[in-house]
Amino acid sequence: MAGKKRIKVIMAKPGLDGHDRGAKLLARVFAEAGMEVVYTGLRQTPELIVDTALQEDADVVGLSSLSGVHNYFFPRVVELLRGKGLDDVLVVGGGIIPEEDVPGLKDSGVAAIFGPGTRTEDIVKFIEKEVRTQ
Amino acid sequence: MNKLVTEVLQGSVRAMARLITLVENEDPCSLEYLGAIYPHTGNAHVLGITGSPGTGKSTLTDRITTALRRRAQSVGIIAVDPSSPFTGGALLGDRIRMQRASGDSEVFIRSMATRGNLGGLARTTADVVKIMDAFGKDWIIVETVGVGQDEVDIVRTADTTIVVLAPGLGDTIQSMKAGVMEIADLYAVNKADRSGAEALLTEVKLRVEQDAEIKKTLWQAPVLKTVALDDQGTESLLDAVVSHRNFLKQSGNFEIVRREKAREETLSLLKEEISRTMVEKILGNGRFEALIDDIVAFRKDPYTSVQEIVGTIFPDSE
Repeated sequence: MAGKKRIKVIMAKPGLDGHDRGAKLLARVFAEAGMEVVYTGLRQTPELIVDTALQEDADVVGLSSLSGVHNYFFPRVVELLRGKGLDDVLVVGGGIIPEEDVPGLKDSGVAAIFGPGTRTEDIVKFIEKEVRTQ
Repeated sequence: MNKLVTEVLQGSVRAMARLITLVENEDPCSLEYLGAIYPHTGNAHVLGITGSPGTGKSTLTDRITTALRRRAQSVGIIAVDPSSPFTGGALLGDRIRMQRASGDSEVFIRSMATRGNLGGLARTTADVVKIMDAFGKDWIIVETVGVGQDEVDIVRTADTTIVVLAPGLGDTIQSMKAGVMEIADLYAVNKADRSGAEALLTEVKLRVEQDAEIKKTLWQAPVLKTVALDDQGTESLLDAVVSHRNFLKQSGNFEIVRREKAREETLSLLKEEISRTMVEKILGNGRFEALIDDIVAFRKDPYTSVQEIVGTIFPDSE
Protein backbone atom coordinates (compact mmCIF):
# COMPACT_ATOMS: atom_id res chain seq x y z
CA MET A 1 0.00 0.00 0.00
CA ALA A 2 1.32 3.38 -0.90
CA GLY A 3 1.82 5.87 1.91
CA LYS A 4 -0.36 8.89 1.33
CA LYS A 5 1.09 11.46 3.65
CA ARG A 6 -0.69 14.80 3.64
CA ILE A 7 0.31 17.92 5.55
CA LYS A 8 -2.13 18.49 8.41
CA VAL A 9 -2.61 22.05 9.57
CA ILE A 10 -4.49 23.43 12.56
CA MET A 11 -5.78 26.95 11.91
CA ALA A 12 -6.60 28.63 15.17
CA LYS A 13 -7.53 32.01 16.51
CA PRO A 14 -6.36 32.40 20.09
CA GLY A 15 -7.90 35.01 22.35
CA LEU A 16 -11.00 37.07 22.08
CA ASP A 17 -10.93 38.87 18.76
CA GLY A 18 -13.75 37.91 16.45
CA HIS A 19 -12.24 38.64 13.07
CA ASP A 20 -11.46 35.47 11.22
CA ARG A 21 -11.61 36.47 7.56
CA GLY A 22 -7.86 36.06 7.24
CA ALA A 23 -7.78 32.76 9.11
CA LYS A 24 -10.65 31.38 7.02
CA LEU A 25 -9.04 32.54 3.78
CA LEU A 26 -5.78 30.82 4.72
CA ALA A 27 -7.61 27.64 5.72
CA ARG A 28 -9.00 27.55 2.21
CA VAL A 29 -5.65 28.42 0.62
CA PHE A 30 -3.98 25.52 2.46
CA ALA A 31 -6.77 23.11 1.48
CA GLU A 32 -6.45 24.22 -2.14
CA ALA A 33 -2.73 23.47 -1.87
CA GLY A 34 -3.63 19.87 -0.99
CA MET A 35 -3.28 20.09 2.78
CA GLU A 36 -5.79 18.82 5.34
CA VAL A 37 -6.82 21.79 7.44
CA VAL A 38 -8.60 21.60 10.76
CA TYR A 39 -10.31 24.89 11.43
CA THR A 40 -10.95 25.30 15.14
CA GLY A 41 -13.02 28.47 15.19
CA LEU A 42 -12.73 31.55 17.34
CA ARG A 43 -11.73 32.19 20.93
CA GLN A 44 -9.41 29.28 21.46
CA THR A 45 -7.23 29.03 24.53
CA PRO A 46 -3.64 27.92 24.03
CA GLU A 47 -4.53 24.72 25.91
CA LEU A 48 -7.36 23.92 23.47
CA ILE A 49 -5.16 24.60 20.47
CA VAL A 50 -2.43 22.32 21.78
CA ASP A 51 -4.94 19.56 22.63
CA THR A 52 -6.24 19.80 19.08
CA ALA A 53 -2.71 19.60 17.64
CA LEU A 54 -2.02 16.56 19.82
CA GLN A 55 -5.18 14.66 18.90
CA GLU A 56 -4.99 15.53 15.23
CA ASP A 57 -1.24 14.75 15.07
CA ALA A 58 -0.78 18.07 13.33
CA ASP A 59 2.30 19.00 11.33
CA VAL A 60 1.61 22.71 11.46
CA VAL A 61 -0.19 25.08 13.82
CA GLY A 62 -1.19 28.39 12.24
CA LEU A 63 -2.11 31.17 14.67
CA SER A 64 -3.91 34.32 13.70
CA SER A 65 -4.25 37.36 15.92
CA LEU A 66 -5.50 40.84 15.21
CA SER A 67 -6.01 42.04 18.74
CA GLY A 68 -2.51 42.47 20.07
CA VAL A 69 -2.37 39.34 22.22
CA HIS A 70 0.28 37.63 20.08
CA ASN A 71 3.17 38.31 22.48
CA TYR A 72 1.45 36.23 25.12
CA PHE A 73 -0.50 33.67 23.11
CA PHE A 74 1.97 32.60 20.42
CA PRO A 75 4.90 31.77 22.76
CA ARG A 76 2.47 30.10 25.16
CA VAL A 77 1.25 27.75 22.40
CA VAL A 78 4.85 26.87 21.54
CA GLU A 79 5.67 26.28 25.21
CA LEU A 80 2.66 23.99 25.74
CA LEU A 81 3.40 22.06 22.54
CA ARG A 82 6.98 21.46 23.66
CA GLY A 83 5.68 20.47 27.10
CA LYS A 84 3.62 17.71 25.49
CA GLY A 85 6.58 16.49 23.48
CA LEU A 86 5.31 17.96 20.23
CA ASP A 87 8.72 19.38 19.37
CA ASP A 88 8.49 18.91 15.64
CA VAL A 89 5.24 20.82 15.10
CA LEU A 90 5.82 23.89 12.95
CA VAL A 91 4.22 26.99 14.48
CA VAL A 92 3.54 29.97 12.22
CA GLY A 93 1.68 33.17 12.96
CA GLY A 94 -0.05 35.96 11.16
CA GLY A 95 -2.30 38.96 11.58
CA ILE A 96 -1.58 42.44 12.84
CA ILE A 97 1.82 42.07 14.42
CA PRO A 98 4.23 45.03 14.80
CA GLU A 99 7.64 44.59 13.17
CA GLU A 100 9.43 45.04 16.50
CA ASP A 101 7.62 42.04 18.02
CA VAL A 102 8.75 39.62 15.32
CA PRO A 103 12.30 38.84 16.61
CA GLY A 104 10.95 38.04 20.08
CA LEU A 105 8.29 35.73 18.67
CA LYS A 106 10.85 33.94 16.55
CA ASP A 107 13.12 33.55 19.58
CA SER A 108 10.23 31.90 21.39
CA GLY A 109 9.94 29.26 18.68
CA VAL A 110 7.46 30.68 16.19
CA ALA A 111 8.98 29.73 12.84
CA ALA A 112 7.59 32.63 10.84
CA ILE A 113 5.28 35.62 11.06
CA PHE A 114 3.25 36.53 8.00
CA GLY A 115 1.87 40.06 8.09
CA PRO A 116 -0.81 41.64 5.92
CA GLY A 117 0.13 41.68 2.26
CA THR A 118 2.14 38.45 2.37
CA ARG A 119 1.46 36.46 -0.78
CA THR A 120 -0.45 33.33 0.14
CA GLU A 121 1.68 31.20 -2.18
CA ASP A 122 4.75 32.26 -0.19
CA ILE A 123 3.14 30.97 3.00
CA VAL A 124 2.28 27.67 1.30
CA LYS A 125 5.85 27.36 0.00
CA PHE A 126 7.31 28.09 3.43
CA ILE A 127 5.17 25.39 5.05
CA GLU A 128 5.94 22.83 2.39
CA LYS A 129 9.65 23.49 2.83
CA GLU A 130 9.82 23.61 6.60
CA VAL A 131 7.31 20.95 7.65
CA ARG A 132 8.57 17.76 9.26
CA THR A 133 9.10 15.00 6.78
CA GLN A 134 7.84 12.19 9.01
CA MET B 1 5.01 -6.10 20.60
CA ASN B 2 5.57 -2.89 18.75
CA LYS B 3 6.41 0.08 20.99
CA LEU B 4 3.78 2.38 19.53
CA VAL B 5 1.03 -0.21 19.98
CA THR B 6 2.14 -0.87 23.56
CA GLU B 7 1.96 2.84 24.31
CA VAL B 8 -1.53 3.06 22.86
CA LEU B 9 -2.67 0.16 25.03
CA GLN B 10 -1.12 1.89 28.03
CA GLY B 11 -3.19 4.97 27.32
CA SER B 12 -0.81 7.37 25.58
CA VAL B 13 -2.84 9.96 23.68
CA ARG B 14 0.20 10.97 21.66
CA ALA B 15 0.85 7.38 20.59
CA MET B 16 -2.80 6.96 19.58
CA ALA B 17 -2.64 10.12 17.47
CA ARG B 18 0.56 8.94 15.76
CA LEU B 19 -0.79 5.47 15.13
CA ILE B 20 -3.96 6.91 13.59
CA THR B 21 -1.82 8.94 11.19
CA LEU B 22 0.15 5.86 10.11
CA VAL B 23 -3.06 3.94 9.52
CA GLU B 24 -4.66 6.86 7.74
CA ASN B 25 -1.64 7.13 5.44
CA GLU B 26 -1.81 3.39 4.81
CA ASP B 27 1.80 3.17 5.90
CA PRO B 28 3.38 -0.22 5.10
CA CYS B 29 3.59 -1.05 8.84
CA SER B 30 -0.03 -0.28 9.53
CA LEU B 31 -1.36 -3.79 8.88
CA GLU B 32 1.06 -5.21 11.44
CA TYR B 33 0.01 -2.56 13.99
CA LEU B 34 -3.67 -3.20 13.37
CA GLY B 35 -3.08 -6.91 13.78
CA ALA B 36 -1.55 -6.25 17.21
CA ILE B 37 -4.45 -3.94 18.13
CA TYR B 38 -7.23 -6.30 17.11
CA PRO B 39 -7.29 -8.61 20.18
CA HIS B 40 -7.87 -5.54 22.36
CA THR B 41 -10.96 -4.36 20.50
CA GLY B 42 -14.64 -5.17 20.84
CA ASN B 43 -15.40 -3.29 24.05
CA ALA B 44 -16.58 0.08 22.81
CA HIS B 45 -20.05 0.84 21.55
CA VAL B 46 -19.78 2.48 18.15
CA LEU B 47 -22.40 5.11 17.42
CA GLY B 48 -22.77 6.37 13.86
CA ILE B 49 -24.22 9.79 13.16
CA THR B 50 -25.21 10.48 9.59
CA GLY B 51 -27.50 12.75 7.61
CA SER B 52 -27.56 15.49 4.99
CA PRO B 53 -25.22 18.49 5.21
CA GLY B 54 -26.45 21.12 7.63
CA THR B 55 -28.82 18.93 9.64
CA GLY B 56 -26.70 19.45 12.76
CA LYS B 57 -24.64 16.28 12.99
CA SER B 58 -21.59 17.92 14.55
CA THR B 59 -23.56 19.88 17.13
CA LEU B 60 -25.56 16.78 18.02
CA THR B 61 -22.32 14.80 18.32
CA ASP B 62 -21.04 17.42 20.76
CA ARG B 63 -24.19 17.27 22.88
CA ILE B 64 -24.36 13.47 22.92
CA THR B 65 -20.71 13.46 23.98
CA THR B 66 -21.36 15.79 26.90
CA ALA B 67 -24.36 13.63 27.87
CA LEU B 68 -22.12 10.55 27.82
CA ARG B 69 -19.59 12.39 29.94
CA ARG B 70 -22.32 13.13 32.51
CA ARG B 71 -22.72 9.34 32.66
CA ALA B 72 -18.97 9.00 33.26
CA GLN B 73 -18.31 7.38 29.89
CA SER B 74 -15.13 8.13 27.95
CA VAL B 75 -15.61 9.09 24.31
CA GLY B 76 -13.67 9.01 21.05
CA ILE B 77 -15.01 10.99 18.13
CA ILE B 78 -14.14 10.55 14.48
CA ALA B 79 -15.45 13.42 12.39
CA VAL B 80 -15.25 12.81 8.67
CA ASP B 81 -15.32 15.59 6.08
CA PRO B 82 -14.78 15.37 2.32
CA SER B 83 -11.45 15.74 0.53
CA SER B 84 -11.47 17.79 -2.63
CA PRO B 85 -11.51 15.48 -5.64
CA PHE B 86 -9.52 18.16 -7.46
CA THR B 87 -6.70 19.10 -5.08
CA GLY B 88 -6.82 16.29 -2.52
CA GLY B 89 -6.94 18.91 0.22
CA ALA B 90 -9.68 19.17 2.82
CA LEU B 91 -11.20 21.69 5.15
CA LEU B 92 -12.15 19.86 8.31
CA GLY B 93 -14.60 22.04 10.18
CA ASP B 94 -16.51 19.74 12.50
CA ARG B 95 -14.48 20.70 15.54
CA ILE B 96 -15.93 24.20 15.47
CA ARG B 97 -19.25 22.74 16.63
CA MET B 98 -17.66 20.53 19.24
CA GLN B 99 -16.50 23.22 21.64
CA ARG B 100 -18.13 21.68 24.71
CA ALA B 101 -16.57 18.27 24.20
CA SER B 102 -13.12 19.48 23.22
CA GLY B 103 -11.03 20.43 26.19
CA ASP B 104 -12.30 17.44 28.16
CA SER B 105 -9.33 15.12 28.67
CA GLU B 106 -11.58 12.05 28.46
CA VAL B 107 -12.69 13.04 24.97
CA PHE B 108 -10.46 12.42 21.96
CA ILE B 109 -11.53 14.03 18.69
CA ARG B 110 -9.97 13.17 15.37
CA SER B 111 -10.93 14.78 12.08
CA MET B 112 -10.56 12.62 8.99
CA ALA B 113 -10.70 13.54 5.33
CA THR B 114 -12.32 11.03 2.98
CA ARG B 115 -9.27 11.00 0.68
CA GLY B 116 -11.29 10.00 -2.33
CA ASN B 117 -13.39 7.33 -0.67
CA LEU B 118 -17.09 7.40 -1.44
CA GLY B 119 -19.65 6.03 0.96
CA GLY B 120 -19.51 8.74 3.61
CA LEU B 121 -16.36 7.62 5.47
CA ALA B 122 -12.64 7.44 4.79
CA ARG B 123 -11.26 4.06 3.73
CA THR B 124 -9.51 3.68 7.06
CA THR B 125 -12.22 5.01 9.40
CA ALA B 126 -13.12 1.52 10.63
CA ASP B 127 -9.45 0.94 11.51
CA VAL B 128 -9.31 4.19 13.45
CA VAL B 129 -12.40 3.02 15.37
CA LYS B 130 -10.42 -0.08 16.37
CA ILE B 131 -7.50 2.01 17.61
CA MET B 132 -9.78 4.12 19.84
CA ASP B 133 -11.52 0.95 21.01
CA ALA B 134 -8.21 -0.68 21.98
CA PHE B 135 -7.13 2.53 23.70
CA GLY B 136 -10.11 2.03 25.98
CA LYS B 137 -12.77 4.50 24.92
CA ASP B 138 -16.19 3.37 26.15
CA TRP B 139 -17.99 5.00 23.25
CA ILE B 140 -16.83 5.90 19.79
CA ILE B 141 -18.92 8.32 17.79
CA VAL B 142 -18.40 8.36 14.05
CA GLU B 143 -19.80 11.38 12.27
CA THR B 144 -20.04 10.84 8.52
CA VAL B 145 -19.68 13.46 5.82
CA GLY B 146 -22.92 15.19 4.96
CA VAL B 147 -24.54 12.45 2.92
CA GLY B 148 -26.99 12.43 0.07
CA GLN B 149 -28.89 9.21 -0.28
CA ASP B 150 -26.38 6.57 -1.14
CA GLU B 151 -23.56 6.84 1.37
CA VAL B 152 -24.25 4.05 3.79
CA ASP B 153 -20.78 2.74 4.77
CA ILE B 154 -21.47 3.80 8.34
CA VAL B 155 -23.83 0.86 8.82
CA ARG B 156 -20.86 -1.51 8.45
CA THR B 157 -18.85 0.38 11.06
CA ALA B 158 -21.40 1.41 13.71
CA ASP B 159 -23.34 -0.71 16.18
CA THR B 160 -26.07 1.91 16.35
CA THR B 161 -26.76 4.44 13.62
CA ILE B 162 -28.64 7.70 14.09
CA VAL B 163 -29.95 9.37 10.95
CA VAL B 164 -30.23 13.08 11.62
CA LEU B 165 -32.94 14.97 9.73
CA ALA B 166 -33.96 18.60 9.76
CA PRO B 167 -37.10 20.31 8.49
CA GLY B 168 -37.12 22.14 5.19
CA LEU B 169 -35.04 19.77 3.10
CA GLY B 170 -37.58 17.69 1.19
CA ASP B 171 -41.02 16.17 0.98
CA THR B 172 -42.64 12.81 1.77
CA ILE B 173 -41.16 11.00 -1.16
CA GLN B 174 -37.63 11.81 0.02
CA SER B 175 -38.26 9.86 3.18
CA MET B 176 -39.51 6.88 1.18
CA LYS B 177 -36.44 6.54 -0.98
CA ALA B 178 -33.73 3.94 -0.63
CA GLY B 179 -30.33 4.40 0.96
CA VAL B 180 -29.70 6.45 4.05
CA MET B 181 -33.28 6.19 5.30
CA GLU B 182 -32.90 2.41 5.41
CA ILE B 183 -29.98 2.32 7.81
CA ALA B 184 -31.42 4.17 10.79
CA ASP B 185 -31.66 2.45 14.14
CA LEU B 186 -32.90 5.80 15.39
CA TYR B 187 -34.04 9.01 13.78
CA ALA B 188 -33.32 12.40 15.25
CA VAL B 189 -35.50 15.18 13.89
CA ASN B 190 -33.13 18.00 14.75
CA LYS B 191 -33.86 21.74 14.69
CA ALA B 192 -37.27 20.66 15.98
CA ASP B 193 -38.07 24.23 17.04
CA ARG B 194 -38.30 25.24 13.40
CA SER B 195 -41.40 25.23 11.26
CA GLY B 196 -42.01 22.00 9.42
CA ALA B 197 -40.59 19.84 12.21
CA GLU B 198 -43.96 18.34 13.20
CA ALA B 199 -44.77 17.41 9.61
CA LEU B 200 -41.33 15.81 9.21
CA LEU B 201 -41.78 13.89 12.46
CA THR B 202 -45.14 12.52 11.27
CA GLU B 203 -43.67 11.58 7.90
CA VAL B 204 -40.75 9.70 9.36
CA LYS B 205 -42.97 7.91 11.88
CA LEU B 206 -45.15 6.82 8.98
CA ARG B 207 -42.11 5.42 7.23
CA VAL B 208 -41.13 3.50 10.34
CA GLU B 209 -44.65 2.05 10.54
CA GLN B 210 -44.42 1.04 6.88
CA ASP B 211 -41.04 -0.59 7.59
CA ALA B 212 -42.62 -2.61 10.38
CA GLU B 213 -45.31 -3.79 7.94
CA ILE B 214 -42.86 -4.71 5.22
CA LYS B 215 -39.85 -6.10 7.06
CA LYS B 216 -41.21 -7.53 10.31
CA THR B 217 -38.05 -6.57 12.16
CA LEU B 218 -37.74 -6.90 15.90
CA TRP B 219 -36.43 -3.37 16.37
CA GLN B 220 -38.62 -0.43 15.46
CA ALA B 221 -36.59 2.74 15.02
CA PRO B 222 -37.68 5.45 17.43
CA VAL B 223 -38.14 8.95 16.03
CA LEU B 224 -37.04 11.66 18.45
CA LYS B 225 -37.08 15.43 18.39
CA THR B 226 -33.91 17.35 19.26
CA VAL B 227 -32.73 20.92 19.29
CA ALA B 228 -29.01 20.27 19.49
CA LEU B 229 -28.08 23.92 19.68
CA ASP B 230 -30.04 24.28 22.95
CA ASP B 231 -29.19 20.76 24.15
CA GLN B 232 -32.89 19.78 24.04
CA GLY B 233 -33.77 16.12 23.66
CA THR B 234 -30.19 14.90 24.02
CA GLU B 235 -30.78 12.79 27.14
CA SER B 236 -33.83 11.07 25.61
CA LEU B 237 -31.88 10.43 22.43
CA LEU B 238 -29.03 8.88 24.38
CA ASP B 239 -31.52 6.79 26.38
CA ALA B 240 -32.87 5.47 23.08
CA VAL B 241 -29.34 4.65 21.89
CA VAL B 242 -28.71 2.73 25.11
CA SER B 243 -32.01 0.86 24.60
CA HIS B 244 -30.83 -0.14 21.14
CA ARG B 245 -27.55 -1.36 22.54
CA ASN B 246 -29.41 -3.42 25.14
CA PHE B 247 -31.68 -4.76 22.41
CA LEU B 248 -28.66 -5.86 20.36
CA LYS B 249 -27.15 -7.64 23.35
CA GLN B 250 -30.35 -9.29 24.59
CA SER B 251 -31.75 -10.35 21.23
CA GLY B 252 -28.55 -12.09 20.25
CA ASN B 253 -28.37 -9.82 17.23
CA PHE B 254 -25.10 -8.38 18.47
CA GLU B 255 -23.20 -11.60 17.88
CA ILE B 256 -24.86 -12.14 14.50
CA VAL B 257 -24.01 -8.64 13.37
CA ARG B 258 -20.47 -8.91 14.73
CA ARG B 259 -19.92 -12.08 12.71
CA GLU B 260 -21.34 -10.49 9.56
CA LYS B 261 -19.06 -7.51 9.99
CA ALA B 262 -15.99 -9.67 10.64
CA ARG B 263 -16.81 -11.68 7.54
CA GLU B 264 -17.30 -8.65 5.35
CA GLU B 265 -14.16 -6.97 6.64
CA THR B 266 -11.96 -10.01 6.20
CA LEU B 267 -13.35 -10.62 2.73
CA SER B 268 -12.70 -7.06 1.66
CA LEU B 269 -9.14 -7.16 3.03
CA LEU B 270 -8.61 -10.43 1.17
CA LYS B 271 -9.93 -9.01 -2.09
CA GLU B 272 -7.72 -5.98 -1.73
CA GLU B 273 -4.61 -7.99 -0.95
CA ILE B 274 -5.22 -10.49 -3.75
CA SER B 275 -5.87 -7.78 -6.25
CA ARG B 276 -2.82 -5.81 -5.17
CA THR B 277 -0.33 -8.68 -5.20
CA MET B 278 -1.72 -10.39 -8.29
CA VAL B 279 -2.04 -7.27 -10.40
CA GLU B 280 1.50 -6.26 -9.41
CA LYS B 281 2.76 -9.64 -10.54
CA ILE B 282 0.84 -9.61 -13.80
CA LEU B 283 1.96 -6.12 -14.69
CA GLY B 284 5.50 -7.03 -13.66
CA ASN B 285 6.03 -9.94 -16.08
CA GLY B 286 6.06 -7.72 -19.15
CA ARG B 287 3.55 -9.68 -21.19
CA PHE B 288 0.64 -7.46 -20.27
CA GLU B 289 1.51 -4.67 -22.71
CA ALA B 290 1.85 -7.21 -25.52
CA LEU B 291 -1.60 -8.49 -24.64
CA ILE B 292 -2.99 -4.97 -24.84
CA ASP B 293 -1.42 -4.64 -28.31
CA ASP B 294 -3.27 -7.80 -29.34
CA ILE B 295 -6.53 -6.45 -27.93
CA VAL B 296 -6.14 -3.12 -29.70
CA ALA B 297 -5.45 -4.97 -32.97
CA PHE B 298 -8.54 -7.20 -32.41
CA ARG B 299 -6.38 -10.31 -32.36
CA LYS B 300 -7.69 -10.99 -28.88
CA ASP B 301 -10.65 -9.82 -26.80
CA PRO B 302 -10.40 -8.51 -23.22
CA TYR B 303 -13.02 -10.89 -21.81
CA THR B 304 -11.36 -14.16 -22.82
CA SER B 305 -7.91 -12.74 -22.05
CA VAL B 306 -8.82 -11.98 -18.44
CA GLN B 307 -10.23 -15.49 -17.97
CA GLU B 308 -6.98 -16.91 -19.37
CA ILE B 309 -4.81 -14.86 -17.02
CA VAL B 310 -6.86 -15.87 -13.99
CA GLY B 311 -6.72 -19.47 -15.21
CA THR B 312 -2.92 -19.44 -15.19
CA ILE B 313 -2.80 -18.01 -11.65
CA PHE B 314 -5.42 -20.35 -10.21
CA PRO B 315 -5.35 -23.45 -12.43
CA ASP B 316 -7.91 -25.20 -10.22
CA SER B 317 -10.53 -22.46 -10.28
CA GLU B 318 -12.33 -23.70 -13.42
